Amino acid sequence: MTYTGWILLTASLVGLSCGIVGVFLILRRMAMMADAISHTVLLGIVTAFLITRELNGPHMLIGAIITGLLTALLVQWFHSRGVQQDASIGVVFTTLFAIGVILIATQVGNAHLDTKHALMGEIAFVPWEVMNVPLLGEVPKATFMLAAVLLVVLVVILAFYKEWKITSFDPALAASIGIPVVLLHYVFMSMVSITTVASFDAVGAIMVVAMLITPAAAAYLWTDKLSIMLVLSGAFGVISAFAGYYVAVWLDTSISGSMAFATGIVFLVSFLLSPKHGVLSRYLYRYERPDQEEQQIDAVS
Amino acid sequence: MSVLKVQGLHASYRKNKVLHDVSFEVEQGSLTSIVGPNGAGKSTLLKVMLELHPKLSGDVSFFGSTLSQTKTRVGYVPQRGSVDWDFPTNALDVVMMGLYGRVGWLKWPNKSHKEKAMASLAQMGMADFADRQISQLSGGQQQRVFLARALVQDADLYFMDEPLAGVDAATERAIMTTLKNLKMSGKTVMVVHHDLQTVEDYFDHVLLLNRTVVAHGKTEDAFTKDNVYRAYGGSLRFMKEA
Ligand SMILES: Nc1ncnc2c1ncn2[C@@H]1O[C@H](COP(=O)(O)OP(=O)(O)O)[C@@H](O)[C@H]1O
Ligand SMILES: [Mg+2]
Repeated sequence: MTYTGWILLTASLVGLSCGIVGVFLILRRMAMMADAISHTVLLGIVTAFLITRELNGPHMLIGAIITGLLTALLVQWFHSRGVQQDASIGVVFTTLFAIGVILIATQVGNAHLDTKHALMGEIAFVPWEVMNVPLLGEVPKATFMLAAVLLVVLVVILAFYKEWKITSFDPALAASIGIPVVLLHYVFMSMVSITTVASFDAVGAIMVVAMLITPAAAAYLWTDKLSIMLVLSGAFGVISAFAGYYVAVWLDTSISGSMAFATGIVFLVSFLLSPKHGVLSRYLYRYERPDQEEQQIDAVS
Repeated sequence: MSVLKVQGLHASYRKNKVLHDVSFEVEQGSLTSIVGPNGAGKSTLLKVMLELHPKLSGDVSFFGSTLSQTKTRVGYVPQRGSVDWDFPTNALDVVMMGLYGRVGWLKWPNKSHKEKAMASLAQMGMADFADRQISQLSGGQQQRVFLARALVQDADLYFMDEPLAGVDAATERAIMTTLKNLKMSGKTVMVVHHDLQTVEDYFDHVLLLNRTVVAHGKTEDAFTKDNVYRAYGGSLRFMKEA
């Protein structure tokens, strides 16, 4: 495959995995957690590197899962002791992230890993770091890891589809009929973590948040069906990846930055045009929700 | 044997003690309203009994056994405001969720589950709205969907949190008919209820709650002016005027 081909494939895999995971981040109202985990996995990567002295896929994934879960657990712990949810997310992730930054600066040196790379990613280098995969031949490491993560994400989401749906919509009912809501929460956090770390090389910690949240937020505007929202969100991620790449080539600018920018454009277009929630259709039809009065009564009682 | 037995239940949200020494027993086939002022701990009582919120101490037994052994026999209708009605799903799908516990791991709901869900939507007069996105339903219709979801669970003991709050008169009648039918078929129902005017008409038992049990028993015995006044304290006067 050509150099450009690998970059587009890698970016599309980021768009797909992040788009799919992002749908549940939005529906579970956990966008802030994505921000948190995208930063704290840095600590996991550094720690994995310090222990094994090499940067390879499986170690990074394990490090990411551990720090992702640690983040989720700490946030929950502080919250259960009276700290507000968003405050506890803010405190936990900045602290863990800071530890990661300090470790990189003092322990790692800049030979293999540096903060700028981790934050911004460098998809242009991805095609050169190859590994040998049986049957496929030489494949960029990052691309292979992303494909593996996407496979895991797809299997886990499809296998437990109804569980994801019910725990996102009505966790109280889910728990009352015996679905392990807490366990699923941590499984989901692990999925966010591995998706994030696998996307790291390509887009970095800051842009991965855009890939996780924005396509899903845009998809939410177009449909009333969860399955279609998942497909749309993945598609928006891929479209943003392609558009971002070509804009970056055209303007000779950062690829990851353009990709994140493209997600923003997709969202804006959706916001203006989508049939159900869009500004345009609201202007055209001026429809009102049927239950507004009753909802107000509810808010009072 | 009582269907539900609660003994010395205590619960809190951190330092805020919400339930203090709550004890009562519920007989099979009764239709009980849980009544008390705002913040009395009514919702919390349901959540603690269902182990959705931890108890500090006390005992809850269902059908003489533990909750984990009788989960499929217990149904729960949370407060309507507790879920996001903008969630991308339709009415039929929400009702199907009531069956997820029975579908089993790694399986998808099949045609028979779908038929059951449709039947129970029809029972609530909502058959025409099966494909309607849930945010496009009125408050009363949303509550009917919640009721349909409870019916499809086919439980023996139901807990419902304010199913009559903010619904239209037709929905209120539909829900009360459903509750009476449940009672007639031998099911036991406990309903958090906010409207003191209708307690005597709708329910055969009442549990007056204000952090602890103020009174409990047959409506004619327990729902006295005196007891209601004790449960509501000074706030009753405001309630009546409003
Ligand atoms: N999630 C929560 N966190 C902290 N306090 C809560 C929470 N839910 C309820 N409370 C408090 O517990 C008390 C009882 O609440 P609740 O059981 O909802 O009362 P009711 O349903 O009778 O109106 C109230 O003082 C309320 O402020
Ligand atoms: Mg309540």
